[in-house]
Amino acid sequence: MTVPGFDNPLTWILAIPLAAAGLLAVLPNWRVASWVNVAVSLATFAASAVLFHHRPEPTRLLFIDDFNVYLVALTAFIGLSTAVFSAAYIARETEAERLSSMHLRFYHSMYQAFLFTMLLALTANNTGVMWVAVEAATLTTVLMVSLYRSREAIEAAWKYFILCSVGIGLALFGTTLVYLAAQPVMGDGADAMAWTLLVKRAASFQPDLLNLAFVFVLVGYGTKVGLAPLHAWLPDAHAEGPTPISAVLSGLLLNVALYALLRFKMVIAANPDTLAPGPLMIMMGFSSLFVSAFMLYKRGDIKRLFAYSSIEHMGVITFAFGMGGPVANFAGLMHMTMHSLTKSAVFFSVGIVTQNAGTKRINEISGLTETTPVLGWAFVIAVLAIAGLPPMGVFMSEFLVVSSTFARQPLLAVPLIVGLLLAFAALLMRLQGMAFGPPPEHPHPAHGRATGISTVLAYTPMWAHLALVLVAGLYLPPVLNVWFQAVAGMLG
Amino acid sequence: MLQALSYDLAHLIGATVLMAGFGLLYQRRLFAVLNTFSFQALALAAAAAWQAHVQHAPHLYFTAGIALVFKAMIVPFALHWLVERLGIHRTVETALSIGWTMIIGVALVALSILLVLPVTAKAAALTRESLALAMSVVLLGMLMMITRRNAVTQVVGFMALENGLILAAVSAKGMPLVVEISVAFSVLVAMTLFGIFFFRIRERFDSLDLNYIETFRGDRQ
Repeated sequence: MTVPGFDNPLTWILAIPLAAAGLLAVLPNWRVASWVNVAVSLATFAASAVLFHHRPEPTRLLFIDDFNVYLVALTAFIGLSTAVFSAAYIARETEAERLSSMHLRFYHSMYQAFLFTMLLALTANNTGVMWVAVEAATLTTVLMVSLYRSREAIEAAWKYFILCSVGIGLALFGTTLVYLAAQPVMGDGADAMAWTLLVKRAASFQPDLLNLAFVFVLVGYGTKVGLAPLHAWLPDAHAEGPTPISAVLSGLLLNVALYALLRFKMVIAANPDTLAPGPLMIMMGFSSLFVSAFMLYKRGDIKRLFAYSSIEHMGVITFAFGMGGPVANFAGLMHMTMHSLTKSAVFFSVGIVTQNAGTKRINEISGLTETTPVLGWAFVIAVLAIAGLPPMGVFMSEFLVVSSTFARQPLLAVPLIVGLLLAFAALLMRLQGMAFGPPPEHPHPAHGRATGISTVLAYTPMWAHLALVLVAGLYLPPVLNVWFQAVAGMLG
Repeated sequence: MLQALSYDLAHLIGATVLMAGFGLLYQRRLFAVLNTFSFQALALAAAAAWQAHVQHAPHLYFTAGIALVFKAMIVPFALHWLVERLGIHRTVETALSIGWTMIIGVALVALSILLVLPVTAKAAALTRESLALAMSVVLLGMLMMITRRNAVTQVVGFMALENGLILAAVSAKGMPLVVEISVAFSVLVAMTLFGIFFFRIRERFDSLDLNYIETFRGDRQ
């Protein structure tokens, strides 16, 4: 396995965050660190943009194809915008004296380490390297979820740690089984773990072994995607960690876990004698959709509410990929992108809302559009977008999922629509009180403290994401359209 | 002749790992659990070393070394120290009686053999049965995590599960990255131990105490 050289953009994409993680671990000043964090995220994003012009040849270690190039760019972009939001968020948290400078040094270092593991998992051309990267991603996020050191945060981190460790343990067993299936055909060594080679030769692998492997992979990586009934870690981890981490968990980590699952699905699908992976994924998708849709009604904590909404959307996406075929895959890919952008925007606004209100409890937050109109309306738009109201991008992709299902399996479309409507109503009901209810009589002392540059900083990423989602909803650029179609074809 | 010997010895060691997996299920004292785990890790080290010898894969000696030094010695010692230091309850608290746990364990082993043997008909015989053993060890580890209530026994269950995974990985002929994977797991385990110590986690969190759950879901007043 040779390490790619410096003329390869992938080297930079991975080296920048890794080096930054080391640098930020020793940088004592948190204000400087938060800006360094933004700068290196920008550099990573720039390096990922180079991939569109110059796509390196696949090596045994790393590769780029149509599928992962867009996820790498999306990951680098959300990594950048979250770093900007995080700079503002951290400034306000430190003012409120909730975090010490030691914690922050650790936080920034882990943030870059997390981005590194995500990008490595996406670009790895080896099932084992990808597994190690996902495992390391779990570790870094566990550390960030426990940042506040409160009893709840530690419980959340512990639960996340134990459940996801077992999950990725099972994923490793699945990975070993895929290697065993490939080994008689492709010989010993790294060839039998390379994605680029596995897909080409999958037709001659032993189908039974692949079936067994897929079950383990689905349960293993499915735990990390947050598919019900394996989702128990997800709401806690989203609710108790710092809000920028909730944004990247929902926006990036779930996508990467799903990406791993889809890569394995591509191998399984390339073998004509295996069980169809579709029905299993459809089943998991439905269970996630319904469990979360009903759970949304009982939530009292604003971050938990949107964590359950993430489970719902991951369910819809898994369902779409389970349906398969060009249109449903297209819809799934688009929904993955739209959900990442919108959900991180939602968490950006929720982060400021909870800081202003000094609480995460939904019934203590009300009248946002009156007390802080700019933030309040941004919150309303973001929530309506994630609920799937036109003209935003989430509506478009959900519409595509529903219409493609109607065209092929009308009976499956009925529960899908019921689930989507249930979730939609729950979010609208919660939004009503928070946005338009009577403003609180005794505002929290922190209210209105943030002014100037930190407010602009905190709002920019949110508006940028919402603008992108709006544009995608009204008019999907033809380049993107062609591209999604090409990838949808690859997924089979 | 030599083929048959290497085959038999690999199965003997694999079966020892599995027996230790059962041993973990019926211990009633925490220190006995730790000793049994140490024994299992020792058997795993032997399995990895034997595979390194049979497959002419010297890197597997590293995996064996990690299992021997880290899992069979450092981790049990560290856990021993933690139990004393944190004053953790010394008897194993079960969520399901030991008899039932053993019956379920036997069923899980039967399940893995019935599942793995038919689907690996074309794979090398050496790999086939080791894989069935490894899958049994993984499932027994999961069973232990589910049926034991204390944080330490839960972690031991996870490490037993992981022993099964490493057993599978070393038995897969020529599988790359096995050393990296065992290092990654060791980091994970070290982090867990650190977490237990640092946050003084004595119990696992899904307590049966209702009051406790009410405040901790963060969803009710």
